[in-house]
Amino acid sequence: MGILIKKGYVIDPSTKKEGVFDILIERDKVSRIAKRIETKDIDVIDAKGMLVFPGLIDIHCHLREPGREEEETIYTGSLSAVSGGFTTICCMSNTSPPLDNKVAIRFVIDRARDALCEVLPIGAITINREGKELAPFGEMVEEGAVAFSDDGDCVMDSLVMRRALEYTKLYKKPLFSHSEDKNLSRTGVMNEGGISTKMGLSGIPYQAETIMVYRDISLARMTGGMLHLAHLSVSESVDMVRDAKRYIDNLTSEVAIHHLVLTEEDVKGYNTNAKVSPPLRTKKDITALIKGLKDGTIDCIVTDHAPHTEEEKGAGFESAPFGMIGFETAISLSMELKQKGLSLMNIISLFTTGPARVLGIDRGCIAEGKCADIVVFDPEREWIYRKEEIRSRSKNSPFIGRKMKGRVLKTICKGKVVFSLEG
Amino acid sequence: MKWKRKDLIGLEDLTRDEIDTILDMAVSFKEISTRRVKKVPPLRGKTVVNLFFEPSTRTRTSFELAAKRLSADVLSFDVSTSSISKGETIVDTAKNIEAMKVDCFIVRHSIAGAPQIIAENVSASVINAGDGCHEHPTQALLDIFTVRERLGKIKDLKIAIIGDILHSRVARSNIWGFTKLGAYVYVCGPPTIVPSEIEKMGAELTYSLDDALEDVDVVYLLRLQKERQKENFLTSLKEYSNYYGIDEERYKKIVKNRAFIMHPGPMNRGVEIKSDIAERDRSLILEQVTNGIAVRMAVLYLTIGAR
Repeated sequence: MGILIKKGYVIDPSTKKEGVFDILIERDKVSRIAKRIETKDIDVIDAKGMLVFPGLIDIHCHLREPGREEEETIYTGSLSAVSGGFTTICCMSNTSPPLDNKVAIRFVIDRARDALCEVLPIGAITINREGKELAPFGEMVEEGAVAFSDDGDCVMDSLVMRRALEYTKLYKKPLFSHSEDKNLSRTGVMNEGGISTKMGLSGIPYQAETIMVYRDISLARMTGGMLHLAHLSVSESVDMVRDAKRYIDNLTSEVAIHHLVLTEEDVKGYNTNAKVSPPLRTKKDITALIKGLKDGTIDCIVTDHAPHTEEEKGAGFESAPFGMIGFETAISLSMELKQKGLSLMNIISLFTTGPARVLGIDRGCIAEGKCADIVVFDPEREWIYRKEEIRSRSKNSPFIGRKMKGRVLKTICKGKVVFSLEG
Repeated sequence: MKWKRKDLIGLEDLTRDEIDTILDMAVSFKEISTRRVKKVPPLRGKTVVNLFFEPSTRTRTSFELAAKRLSADVLSFDVSTSSISKGETIVDTAKNIEAMKVDCFIVRHSIAGAPQIIAENVSASVINAGDGCHEHPTQALLDIFTVRERLGKIKDLKIAIIGDILHSRVARSNIWGFTKLGAYVYVCGPPTIVPSEIEKMGAELTYSLDDALEDVDVVYLLRLQKERQKENFLTSLKEYSNYYGIDEERYKKIVKNRAFIMHPGPMNRGVEIKSDIAERDRSLILEQVTNGIAVRMAVLYLTIGAR
């Protein structure tokens, strides 16, 4: 029993190994990696001409269960995730009720037993995500919480944020900060500037992010706590994080894939699927974010997969909720970053070793004795993302109709094939 | 020129020629409203639906009269916002009504972009009667028509738009329209209610009303919503009135420049304009209302005819 992946071009950022290898999987582990492996009575995946890399990790997504199962469930979210090559995903606390106690965390862990990939919950920082009273971190960690975040509701009270960061030293789990000064962004629905002015939409200035990034960095330095800055979108934020990393060890950051490939221009036509928080910014910001990926200022790429129903998104731009789905397009879109000077090894690391380092988990590698999370990827396959083929329960993607190059053929999670592309 | 658009969403989309076409046609339609029998047959058998998601009496009445004077059947669909909160999307609402075989929707909505989304999903014509803070194209067209009628041209005129530019769809449509026809548009108001990068729309910015009134041809006053003060957009209404309201002294300057005062209504007398100035010689406010019918007749005729 087992799987043999033959002749694939293996890319493993954990060892920086790159080249054509055979990989033998027995039970849930990789048992051998060699130039040539011959065994009998085993399922063989012919990966000649294909890329073989570790199963991807997404440390920032929304699975909506419990509470908004019409948008997504843990199971449907995992279906969507594995089709995009993800084998480990971290779901955010903004469910209904929120993941602010041990029972809620246990519920997610229980439901995740049926999921096709590993699902790791992120608990709330404060009770009811209200930014006032700290949630019981210790109990949630015991049940399996891997990080803490109030998600879209930034902890506005700096004292509460200070206390929460102090607790990260005890439990060794990072705090994910959605850095946004909500008084400044107020009723904003898109990036503030000439386009928001023309469209008559209320703007979110970039300073709503930079003010809070600065505050969070200051508090991290003061407390020595573990801070992870979620979805940086602004060039000035990247500069601040780069500078801060020189003197803070526990600081990490992420960027959402859509902030690397879309700009505020994509909101034109009042496309509610392009309404996202933080908002899509400018070309200048994309350039800075990519520079941050290259020099290690930004540790990983996330999807911020945020499902919403068509009814919700059909309510008009100003009323529609923020967020877009992202599992199924993230890795294919990331291949576009090769033209911006990122190597394939670098791109894969941003989805594997990078996020694994943020959480301190032993995943995201292809190595003997390690968990067999593996993706077989056709780098030449051109495809168009079609609404009818979306696996997520929600269809709110601005990438519908987009032509992409490179596609996931197979996803293996813990030694089991959990996704195979048909046709 | 041959008219091709089934919809009128905003003046940002229109060419100079298209704007001229509407204005020229409005000239010939204006006369109809002065006849004893104020009705001509070109839209006989067509159905026009007022789809107002936001309350309005003036604009709706103006569209209704315009459609009736062209012999269209008009009905007003009272769309309470509650149907939206019941889960029906904007597009659902429009498609439901379109299924009754209507030819044109006049749409007003508090959400920017709503008419465009409807237009993309129905085959009937869609005319934007004001969407959020985005555009109010027929208001700007009637304003431009009124100025052109009085001053004989638009090119090289100085138009000063005064007040809450940030929240004004009327201001945005007027900036697009007047600049496309070659006028110089100045926007003037306290910095809190002038949106960022307004110059990207082709307007010049000044915070000083005196600068705005210098050599001005048209002073366009916007309605100031008194609630804005609570959101700290204004220090006080009195202060706003002192710095940006038209008083006797400023009126004298307007008279001296032989300039005109315009306002899209309804006015806040005592805030953006001192009480009786609106009735004086240099005011075009009621002419704007009269011309609204002719301009909307032209827009209805052209868009429905393009289907």
